[in-house]
Amino acid sequence: MATTIAKPELLVGKRLRRREDPRLITGTATYVDDIKMPGMLYAALVRSPHAAATIKSMDISNAASHPGVAAVFTGKDTEKVGPVPCGASLPGLRVPHHYILAPHRVYFVGHPVAVVVATDRYVAKDAADLIDIDWEVQEAVADPEKAIADGAAPVHPEWPDNKAFTYHQEGGDVDKAFAEAEVIVKQRITSQRLIPTPMETRGVVAEWRAADRQLNLYSSTQIPHLMRTLVAQMLGLEENRLRVVTPEVGGGFGCKLNVYAEEALMGFVAMKIGKPVKWIESRRENFLCTIHGRGHVDYYEVAAKKDGTITGIKLLIIQDLGAYHQLLTPAIPTLSVLMMPGLYKTANVRADIIGAFTNCVPTDAYRGAGRPEATHGIERMVDILAAELKMDPAEIRLKNFIQKEDFPFPTATGLTYDTGDYSLPLKKALDMAGYETLREEQSEKRKSGELMGIGISTYGEICAFGPSPATPAGGWESATVKIDPSGKVTVMTGTSPHGQGEETTFAQIAADELGVDIDDILVLHGDTAIVQYGIGTFGSRATAVGGTALYFALQDLKAKIKKFGAFLIPSEDVTLSGGHVVCNKTGASKTLQEIAGATYRAMSLPANTEPGLFATHFWEPPNFTFPFGAHIVVSDIDRETGEIKIRRYIAVDDCGNILNPLIVDGQVHGGVAQGLGQALWEEAVYDESGQLVTGEMTDYVLPRAHMMPWIESDHTVTPTPVNPLGVKGVGEAGTIGCSPAMVNSVVDALSPLGVRHIDMPMTPEKIWRLIEAASQKPVARMGERL
Amino acid sequence: MNINLSINGKTHSHDVEPRLLLIHYLREVVGLTGPHVGCETSLCGACTVEVDGKAVKSCTMFAVQADGSKVTTIEGLAVDGKLHAMQEAFWNEHGAQCGFCTPGMIMASKQILDRNPHPTDEEIRMGLEGNVCRCTGYQHIVNAVRAAAKAGAQ
Repeated sequence: MATTIAKPELLVGKRLRRREDPRLITGTATYVDDIKMPGMLYAALVRSPHAAATIKSMDISNAASHPGVAAVFTGKDTEKVGPVPCGASLPGLRVPHHYILAPHRVYFVGHPVAVVVATDRYVAKDAADLIDIDWEVQEAVADPEKAIADGAAPVHPEWPDNKAFTYHQEGGDVDKAFAEAEVIVKQRITSQRLIPTPMETRGVVAEWRAADRQLNLYSSTQIPHLMRTLVAQMLGLEENRLRVVTPEVGGGFGCKLNVYAEEALMGFVAMKIGKPVKWIESRRENFLCTIHGRGHVDYYEVAAKKDGTITGIKLLIIQDLGAYHQLLTPAIPTLSVLMMPGLYKTANVRADIIGAFTNCVPTDAYRGAGRPEATHGIERMVDILAAELKMDPAEIRLKNFIQKEDFPFPTATGLTYDTGDYSLPLKKALDMAGYETLREEQSEKRKSGELMGIGISTYGEICAFGPSPATPAGGWESATVKIDPSGKVTVMTGTSPHGQGEETTFAQIAADELGVDIDDILVLHGDTAIVQYGIGTFGSRATAVGGTALYFALQDLKAKIKKFGAFLIPSEDVTLSGGHVVCNKTGASKTLQEIAGATYRAMSLPANTEPGLFATHFWEPPNFTFPFGAHIVVSDIDRETGEIKIRRYIAVDDCGNILNPLIVDGQVHGGVAQGLGQALWEEAVYDESGQLVTGEMTDYVLPRAHMMPWIESDHTVTPTPVNPLGVKGVGEAGTIGCSPAMVNSVVDALSPLGVRHIDMPMTPEKIWRLIEAASQKPVARMGERL
Repeated sequence: MNINLSINGKTHSHDVEPRLLLIHYLREVVGLTGPHVGCETSLCGACTVEVDGKAVKSCTMFAVQADGSKVTTIEGLAVDGKLHAMQEAFWNEHGAQCGFCTPGMIMASKQILDRNPHPTDEEIRMGLEGNVCRCTGYQHIVNAVRAAAKAGAQ
């Protein structure tokens, strides 16, 4: 019978509120610490108070006999487990053996040496305090530049130079570019250590079912499937006997893109004692023992012509690695090298990295992971060059941009930028700011000594990690779509969302493709027993790679739906529309429910067709994506206090097509907050003995509501040809674009005082000292080493 | 020590250790896992609940100090399955991303409007000062509080 099928309104591009929120706003979501199991015990770890020391002796007897204690394990018990894995490989990389509990020697404050398991978390901590350790304290080194200088204390005695690796990359003819340069600017630029600080710390629940030979691991992670592979290896357990579940995850920002000692340790403990065990990281442990981000000291040199054309870039990165390589530690600075040319045409680049061991917790991926450092460097250098040449910072950028018609653009670092129109977001941001009027106001204010700054950054990112050859452990992503006999749809994604909203955006994609109501779609993730193997959520990849895998799985399924529909109608010429298969000639149709039911009952099947509606697609991306944008910060500086007041914050991002503007705005805002955190407040400070001075939230300043400016957020849309959704990724954009815009704004404000660079965080004290110094002795080039 | 208190309208009586924190009592003993532990040092506000009508960081209070009190947690906000206007506003305005700070953030936001039904943006931001969110940059949370105020939420 012919029916009129209403075409449903397309949901992709709509500002839909999120489908995961009801459980979050009612307090009924289940995070790791919300899991309770019968007979479950609690673990507390004993950690080193020293940055470098050997264990002379350890007495666990008082802890072991403490009432309520079930077991105590030390590094000697766990020597054969592990090691904690490093997934990155570089030529000549020195990889120290990373025991899950240090048996002999500790390398950073917080290094775990024993675990106490007890009936409740208070008792476990009481007993942990009863373990008596006789330490022989060694000299430590906490600063990466000091670590690689002659005579420094060796972090790992077997490698006295403290160099884990050196890395070199070159493109074009750098020597010629510098020999022929009309102007050369140089600057040391740091990107300080940061503490990622997801609001939920890490945590693990491990449950061993001996009779089934099955270990269930509940972990707050961004990578359940990779964790399963790696923890199974660490424990010597067959991979199919390990199930990893990520319940609700309270933020990650890269620090949960990792496999830590505690995951394997809890598995070990559960298998030893035969009872479920829970470990929840305290905030203090989180600051001491979960990876930190950044930790760069960069030496930049830029060669240019007098007209502002950039002709060459040299970069030396000294990367503070910490004491060990966590999953991706040594790979992070190589991403900075890849992105060092930014959005500019420069054909001649040379980069060197020295990876320095220090007696600190390892650094690894933190929101942006290598790209904020690169963007900060090049965007600061462009401003320094503009100041040197007395050019407008917007003009010098427009002059050097890769042009729209140059794409796909091969960079000097070996990448191929997919597509872009870099002047679009910059011009939009300049318009939004009223740039010329602001400059006029600034020059008026300067006459009366008022300090007003306008800072620009134009940033590019490498996102959607990525082609597998360039991504450790694989860069593809997977999706399964199944339709039940009743016609309801379940999507299973290999990504592992933890706040990014893919339960909503992936349902939007599926609803549009299948023409069904979004409420008929369920999105599942984060359970290796339910979901096919996947890679995870990081590097602004989930939608661009995982969403694309879903798109292709949906195409496979649609083909099958149409085939079945055509068979049932019957018709040879059909369309899938509005959840119906419709005969194009007669208008006769079958609903998705009718088709789904028929495929499972399978009374009769089309030739060469299997029963059921189920499709899985693993999608390997042909390239990364390269989002871009422009941020502008207008700031006013208080001469008396050094306080920075942000008057305007403008963020124009181009992340390709936008699936859900509400979620994209949220990602940008959150990213900017973390960028401003770095620019203005946050810094992980170790003292010379390797003690973390900023070891609690009291001392590590996080952005709070009253510290944040209103963000004026807008977008331009340049779809990528890399995937059929045209999406590029937006999770890290705000962070990457932010810090140079903020610093450029303050440097611009202080430029009448001769300031040309300020290292982050730009605390009021630092700014006040610059203003004070300038009023005492008007030196032209201060601020070079702050 | 024996304590008696009303939580989300229900009476509870338990024998607890004097050192047991209110947040651990709510989560481990009563089974209300909506309020979260984010820092243990009363700096992040993820554990915010109402005690006798006042927003309190429940990691800063012992369970025994709440003896005789009326406690409201995030689980007690919706009535008969109908969301509180502040919950609705957080949903509509995308005030939650990972959701870990959200229960405390909603309780703190409710308190802002309880004290001042028509706050300015600055007053909203100052009212949220004790609660840390690492995901949202606060802008959508400010929008949510503003929207709830407009809807007359208290």
